Amino acid sequence: MKKTALLAGAAFAAATGLATGEARAANLTLCWAAWDPANALVELSKDFEAQSGHTMNFEFVPWPNFADRMLNELNSRGKLCDLMIGDSQWIGLGAEAGHYVKMNDFFDANGIDMADFIPATVTGYAEWPKGTPNYWALPAYADVVGWTYRRDWFERPELQAEYKQRYGRDLRVPETLAELKDIAEFFQGREIDGTTVYGAAIYTERGSEGITMGVTNALYNHGFLYENPEKPYDMPGFVNSPGAVEGLEFYKALYDCCTPPGSSDWYMSETIDAFKSGQAALQMNFAFIWPGVNADPNVGGDRSGYFPNPAGPAGQFAQLGGQGISVVSYSDNQEAALEYIKWFAQPEVQQRWWDMGGAPALQAVVDAPGFAESQPYAQAFLDSMAIVKDFWAEPTYAELLLAMQNRVHRYVIAGEGTAQEALDALVEDWTETFEDDGKL
Amino acid sequence: MSAASVTGPSARLKWIAGVLVAVYALITLMPLLWIMATGFKTSSDAIAYPPKVLFEPSLEGYVNLFTTQTRQVSGEVSAPGTWYERIVHDKGMMITGPSRYGERFLNSVIIGFGSTFLSVVLGTLAAYAFSRYRVPLKDDLMFFILSTRMMPPIAVAIPIFLMFRSLGLSDTHAGMILLYTAVNLSLAVWLLKGFIDEIPREYEEAALIDGYTRFQAFRKVVLPQAATGIASTAIFCLIFAWNEYAFAVLLTSGTAQTAPPFIPTIIGVGGRDWPAVAAGATIFLLPVMVFTILLRKHLLRGITFGAVRK
Amino acid sequence: MPGTAMDRAASATPPGIARRVRGLSDRAIAWLFVAPTIFLLLAINIFPLIWTIRLSFTNYRANRPNADVEWVGLRNYERILSDPEIWQTMQATAHFLFWTLFFQVLIGFALAWLINAKFRGSNFWTTVIVLPMMLSPAVVGNFWTFLYQPQIGLFNYVVAFVSGADPTGFSMIGDVPLAPWAIVIVDTWMWTPFVMLICLAGLRSIPDSIYEAAECDRASKWRQFWTITVPMVLPFLMLAVLFRGIENFKMFDLVVQLTGGGPGSTTELTSINLKREAFEKWRTGYASAYAVILFVTVFGLASIYVKALNKVKER
Repeated sequence: MKKTALLAGAAFAAATGLATGEARAANLTLCWAAWDPANALVELSKDFEAQSGHTMNFEFVPWPNFADRMLNELNSRGKLCDLMIGDSQWIGLGAEAGHYVKMNDFFDANGIDMADFIPATVTGYAEWPKGTPNYWALPAYADVVGWTYRRDWFERPELQAEYKQRYGRDLRVPETLAELKDIAEFFQGREIDGTTVYGAAIYTERGSEGITMGVTNALYNHGFLYENPEKPYDMPGFVNSPGAVEGLEFYKALYDCCTPPGSSDWYMSETIDAFKSGQAALQMNFAFIWPGVNADPNVGGDRSGYFPNPAGPAGQFAQLGGQGISVVSYSDNQEAALEYIKWFAQPEVQQRWWDMGGAPALQAVVDAPGFAESQPYAQAFLDSMAIVKDFWAEPTYAELLLAMQNRVHRYVIAGEGTAQEALDALVEDWTETFEDDGKL
Repeated sequence: MSAASVTGPSARLKWIAGVLVAVYALITLMPLLWIMATGFKTSSDAIAYPPKVLFEPSLEGYVNLFTTQTRQVSGEVSAPGTWYERIVHDKGMMITGPSRYGERFLNSVIIGFGSTFLSVVLGTLAAYAFSRYRVPLKDDLMFFILSTRMMPPIAVAIPIFLMFRSLGLSDTHAGMILLYTAVNLSLAVWLLKGFIDEIPREYEEAALIDGYTRFQAFRKVVLPQAATGIASTAIFCLIFAWNEYAFAVLLTSGTAQTAPPFIPTIIGVGGRDWPAVAAGATIFLLPVMVFTILLRKHLLRGITFGAVRK
Repeated sequence: MPGTAMDRAASATPPGIARRVRGLSDRAIAWLFVAPTIFLLLAINIFPLIWTIRLSFTNYRANRPNADVEWVGLRNYERILSDPEIWQTMQATAHFLFWTLFFQVLIGFALAWLINAKFRGSNFWTTVIVLPMMLSPAVVGNFWTFLYQPQIGLFNYVVAFVSGADPTGFSMIGDVPLAPWAIVIVDTWMWTPFVMLICLAGLRSIPDSIYEAAECDRASKWRQFWTITVPMVLPFLMLAVLFRGIENFKMFDLVVQLTGGGPGSTTELTSINLKREAFEKWRTGYASAYAVILFVTVFGLASIYVKALNKVKER
């Protein structure tokens, strides 16, 4: 039924639109992942519908299938989505294969300036090639991996005393990854209020992108680089540098010592479950979950706190999440879709987006006085957004990711081989992919 | 043991056998009961650590299953009207609209019944022809038919995916109905052939002598006789289409996605919503349980492609 | 070809019947009735198979429809057969296949034997036992991941209750040594009833007279079991093994939901591996060759098996 309506809408739009060129009511479909922010966007978009007369439909795909499904849709030149809030790593494919409409002219014509957005989100969500002013999306949802901790447990005097005695420093938000591991170790297997709790719930998922999104937080901070900064696609010695090996070993050590039993295939929702059910003292997760944690009846409010990914020996970085919103070039409703983006870019809408649980990338919103205090997690969000780094955004991203998932999961979770072997093999896999793609 | 039928198994032996079987059955039932119970838990009870056997029932899972929600924004919360709005409201959420579950369930119904209808119609015709004419190489054909089901679905899905893409059949109801029909046809033909074989030819021949055409005889004599067989074949085809996952997950996404690939992807607001998953699974599994009970007598025949008829 | 078989069938039909037919001839009816089925099977089974074979000699990638397609000869086959990872998935499949069959035959036969004692309520319990088999493996498998969670799932607590072990001390789908057994357990839970039903049919097909004769010869119950029951049920059991073997060789839905192939690649069965190659890496040509190899393997093994089965039946 929906499809017929959609087709009719498209046909109607095509017929009337070409003839008159006037604004007409279009039936737009926005595609995104099925998660909390998407439901907030539905609510937010009601204003757009009221103002523009266009109708919004939403196609939300659960995370585990999101990439598969949407990349397939784009690759088969599907017309399902007019607007796509595609993952940051798809931007290369979107641009090079012509799936996305280039936005530069539209931005210029409508006074949308990328300088008004958080720089990391512009690089991460909008640019291709990276570092050039070619824009294929408007930063829509700023997201980054960070940590949640049980403030109520941290504040217990008896635990603080015991921790201090054992590690020689206060039990507080960790400043380094090594401290984080100590804390996790401290809580692992401890009895709190009659149940056994564990140190840290971290990403370990095998099927989509989970373990990669987790392990990179350790890799970056130990010196892992995707490529030679001087020479693109030159990977040996960077991907498998001694620092990178150390980082991977760190993640495995953290997994082996300090995670809840059975957390071998965990991604966003499993880590939340573990944290909310009171199993874990620390939780790695994307910042999008913070409003939910804050509102939770069991662990919300004062009982939890938030902090950015702690530094490692080679610096402090955090894995970028989040997405930009793009117009699909196969859409018949491009004009109306651009209208949506224009509406969405307005500062008032961006502010409301934050109020409703979205995460805007507009500098004006996050710089506004009082933003950092507006929510308990706002400061951690700002700090995290300042240190982001992203995975490959190449057109061959899917294969690059599969290789990393495979190599890392085998080493960290299944305990096959050594970290050095895993990263050496990863360099080989990635080299093969780039050779196949003609980039090497 | 049948040997005992000479003397008859002793009452004690029977009793022991009964107890052992009942214990096994109860163990086997536990996961299913747990699914149903979880559907009536609240989200925090569902992930309680350690798991809760006794809990206060809630319809939260079912409400979450059928709605999408977002966190309440301060200042614009309207008073909850209905009972389900109240459940959602009490958690600090509000309903933004219906979820996709209803649609996916309906897709399962459309594709399930559509493909069942087609496979039974085509299967009955073919089975009749196979049954009433001497077909040489019967065993080889049997093996050929079996072999169409030997191919791993993922392997078949590669060319089907390409074929559907170029024909515009990917993610359409028509495409899935055709595909499931083809997969079910082998089962339908062989089951139905067995059933039709059991109808004495004399009935038809009598009808032919009475002046019926061959086609009339088929319609008025054979079909009514084969009704039970056709019905149980239909249920088997339906169950297969209902449960199928591999093709569905690879070839459907939005429009024609059925419930099996959808249910595992139900996530709630912040964390996996196990009660909603369990509620969705319960609604989806119940019809099959009912069918299984209806089918009791023909179960064996169905699962063995008619190879074992008793 | 089934078509020519039909021709022969139609011409072989006794003229006595054919002559009496008015309207359409028998032959026409036969054709009319069989053609749609044959057509559909050709279109959706045979044609794709041929297409797969053709693709398996190319480097085609379905996600790059515009790229040049090159003929690579047997290179895909060489790469697959020399890839240690693929052998690893074959090993995982063999482990899964062997142990699921082992347990299902063992438990299934035992159950059938017990049910055959025809105690009161046996029909009811049989129906209960059969339930898991009829349900959607993907939906149920997904829920089993919940049951297997060490902290919040039921499974570990039940095991702990029975054995006294620490419920959070092990993780069925997380521990490398346990994961292959986690999938065996769920498959056994689901499919034991299948073997049970077939064995039951086998047991019920044994005429009482044979046992009566044995009784007259004063054969012990033990002897009767091994010389009468087992050989008479064997063809049925072999049939059950054939069906389960083929099904589990193809296994995808249950295991992909349970472990997704993890941890690492411990439970990455061939179908899951194939799905990764074909629909995630989109190496369509390579995956086609992989599919052909799998098909030849299962078809070959099944043919040999069916021959053996027929021999047993003839005995």
